[in-house]
Amino acid sequence: MKLPRLAATLPLALGACAVLATFSTPVAAQTVRWAAAGDALTMDPHSQNEGPTHVMNHQVYDSLVFRDQDMKLAPRLATSWRITDDPSVWEFKLREGVKYHNGNPFTADDVVFSIMRAKHENSDMKGLLTSVVEVVKVDDHTVRMRTDGPNPLLPNNLTNLFIMDREWAEENKVTLPQNYKAGDETFAVRNANGTGPFRLAKREPDVRTELERNEDYWGKGTFPMEVSKVVFTPVRSAATRVAALLSGEVDFLLDPPVQDLERLSAAKGLVVRSGPENRTIFLGMQQALPELRSSDVKGKNPFADKRVREAMNIAINREAVKRVVMRGQSVPAGIVAPPFIDGYDKAMDVVPATDVARAKALLAEAGYPNGFSVTLACPNDRYVNDEAICQAVTGMFGQIGVRARLSAQPKSIHFAELPKGEYDLYMLGWGVPTMDSHYVFHYLFETKTDKGGSWNFTGYSKPRVDELISAMTREVDPGSRAGMVAEVWKTVQDDVVYLPIHHQMLNWAMKDNIDFPVQSENYPYFKLLKFKK
Amino acid sequence: MLAFILRRLLQSVLVMLAVALVSFGLFRYIGDPINNMVGQEATMAERDALRDSLGLNDPVPVQFLRFVANAARGEFGVSYRMARPVADVIAERLPATLELALISGVGALVIGIALGVYTALRRDGWLSNAIMGLSLVGVSLPTFLIGILLIYVFAVELKVLPAFGRGEVVDLGWWTTGLLTTSGLKSLIMPAITLGLYQLTLIMRLVRAEMLEVLRTDYIKFARARGLSNRAVHFGHALKNTLLPVITITGLQIGSIIAFAIITETVFQWPGVGLLFITAVQFVDIPVMAAYLVLIALIFVVINLIVDLLYFVVDPRLRVQRSGRGH
Repeated sequence: MKLPRLAATLPLALGACAVLATFSTPVAAQTVRWAAAGDALTMDPHSQNEGPTHVMNHQVYDSLVFRDQDMKLAPRLATSWRITDDPSVWEFKLREGVKYHNGNPFTADDVVFSIMRAKHENSDMKGLLTSVVEVVKVDDHTVRMRTDGPNPLLPNNLTNLFIMDREWAEENKVTLPQNYKAGDETFAVRNANGTGPFRLAKREPDVRTELERNEDYWGKGTFPMEVSKVVFTPVRSAATRVAALLSGEVDFLLDPPVQDLERLSAAKGLVVRSGPENRTIFLGMQQALPELRSSDVKGKNPFADKRVREAMNIAINREAVKRVVMRGQSVPAGIVAPPFIDGYDKAMDVVPATDVARAKALLAEAGYPNGFSVTLACPNDRYVNDEAICQAVTGMFGQIGVRARLSAQPKSIHFAELPKGEYDLYMLGWGVPTMDSHYVFHYLFETKTDKGGSWNFTGYSKPRVDELISAMTREVDPGSRAGMVAEVWKTVQDDVVYLPIHHQMLNWAMKDNIDFPVQSENYPYFKLLKFKK
Repeated sequence: MLAFILRRLLQSVLVMLAVALVSFGLFRYIGDPINNMVGQEATMAERDALRDSLGLNDPVPVQFLRFVANAARGEFGVSYRMARPVADVIAERLPATLELALISGVGALVIGIALGVYTALRRDGWLSNAIMGLSLVGVSLPTFLIGILLIYVFAVELKVLPAFGRGEVVDLGWWTTGLLTTSGLKSLIMPAITLGLYQLTLIMRLVRAEMLEVLRTDYIKFARARGLSNRAVHFGHALKNTLLPVITITGLQIGSIIAFAIITETVFQWPGVGLLFITAVQFVDIPVMAAYLVLIALIFVVINLIVDLLYFVVDPRLRVQRSGRGH
């Protein structure tokens, strides 16, 4: 196993850093004011599995492991982790001498408590822990987790799983995550007691959140920790958000609108940093029904024919979408997984060359010389320029005779209809929090059952693929597992199950004295922010 | 008098029930909150269980009756988005909205009347013509555009006023106010102008038209013939009689200032109930939306009731008619 060996060498390196740090000069008081469209929904670390909520909790709480700037698993409250002789048991060594903001010591009891809390029915994080059967404290700084069969990927599921203080939770009656049905607000919604780099100093939901540096943070010396105070204000209106950065009222914008990027990079004293985002945008086609519901072709389903899917695939001009719709802010894709996940193969992510003539020939060959009509369902407030992408693609389909009718709706409607399986052709974006291909297979390619394929609305079903997807969860040998992953990718790529469009890009806009590279999960770790001297 | 008030109150309850019913009918088309409430890993069975436990699978009339029954007891439930009681959240946000509405309402009234009188008296002056021309802007430009223009000029280019937020607020326990700090007052300027500009121009044009009308009447001519000073004629006689329709319009406009602060609050990130509502709509936070709509209906109903009662007090003819018919 690659991970445990890497992890074993890290504590040494960290120790060396800590020694160095004692001699470094104390950093000056520096405040960072930042804005984004949405606020964290709650400070309760287990009741929401949602980006902005995790961003805030990552500052105040610590997880056992986290993804660093290169998307590699890095130690945090766990200093090392390994699979024990029993392949179904993981062992985590915990960091010693760590204290919560209220002074309580961090121990194995807290880890056991937090994992069980996150597994509770009220928790939104339970989906990531379904394989965990039992969490046992070995000693004060060692825990073991037993899974229902070997689970080589367990640490990947723990990057957003924050550790709470058991005593604090008991004192404040928040041993369970907030339940929507409960009539009252629990203490943990607006209060927090973590081991993280910042303390929650002030929390007014939707208005203002202030964090102050935790001077006793265990990571002092390991991380830059140059920011002494973080002030967050949600600003919904994009124009106002940009104005606030231009006027100098905020120092950092997490989500500058694409159309303003040029202006922001040109502005004096500001800089826009970009990086790939962990999200791929694509279209899905219903290919199993005997007849499409929104098409003028009756008695058969055009998408059931691979030649039609292939024709649609090469009809899309992804470079044009990037240039015109995305203003350069996208990476055209040939595969429905972002580049940095395990099992991604550059050779698979070849962008299909646009070829209208061949697409028309393929359609004619499949028996649709005059094309056909179909409805394309899109969200209009979920992904970057989602509706505009669909408009562009609709035009491109028109060139080969596929008459797509665009139906763009707010995400709360799109994502309510989508699971009902009512769409023949739809847009979806997919991120991979576990950084592993299995996550993509399990949700998007597995046959739709109660157990898996919950976001596979294409009707795609191949026994061999299902078999491999299920087998790879138990495969402990990295080599043969990689072989399985590669075979699934090859099969689904050959079958043209989805029409990939692009990988989204992340852009962070900030004052030019701030050195803060984009993190692909879109998590700004303020402990990592540095100021230019 | 008592019977009149009681009758009006009864009507008000009916109006509010109607508003609640209509808004509940609309909620069906806004979408499904579940997708916003759970992560993408949640299985369909988990989604269904949550939908069931929130009562979203019940028929709309059942949901409506449950809502009315709870609302009658002052319970509006817990916000899906913030996991906090709706009543608390709204109570926290209301001061910001009311303060903004009050300042822009008073500003619109005072400046509107002053400008209206001025333009009526100096009908052909160049300044009057300029004001009248500019007032067209106030009537015709959409609020969000005015807001963004103000932000661009005063926050981005001149850097004299903050682009967003409420500044520092003083917490009085039951009320938060931005009127006691410099940054709070500075933050108030642009949103108040944006919100009140339409009302200001409306009142100004109304006062001007009424004033011109009144100045042509016989009793003004007679007053002038009596040799009264211009001041006494304009302000003592003319303006007084102009104000009756102004009071009516102002009363009705107060309601809409509060209700339509939504756009201004979104542009300026003003932490009031309007912004809360917009965020709730996007999240399909039904408890917040329902409570907000009922609150706004209540405000309108109360204001209308007060206006009706004011008529009663101000206009003697109404009283005579009613008592005459009653006996």
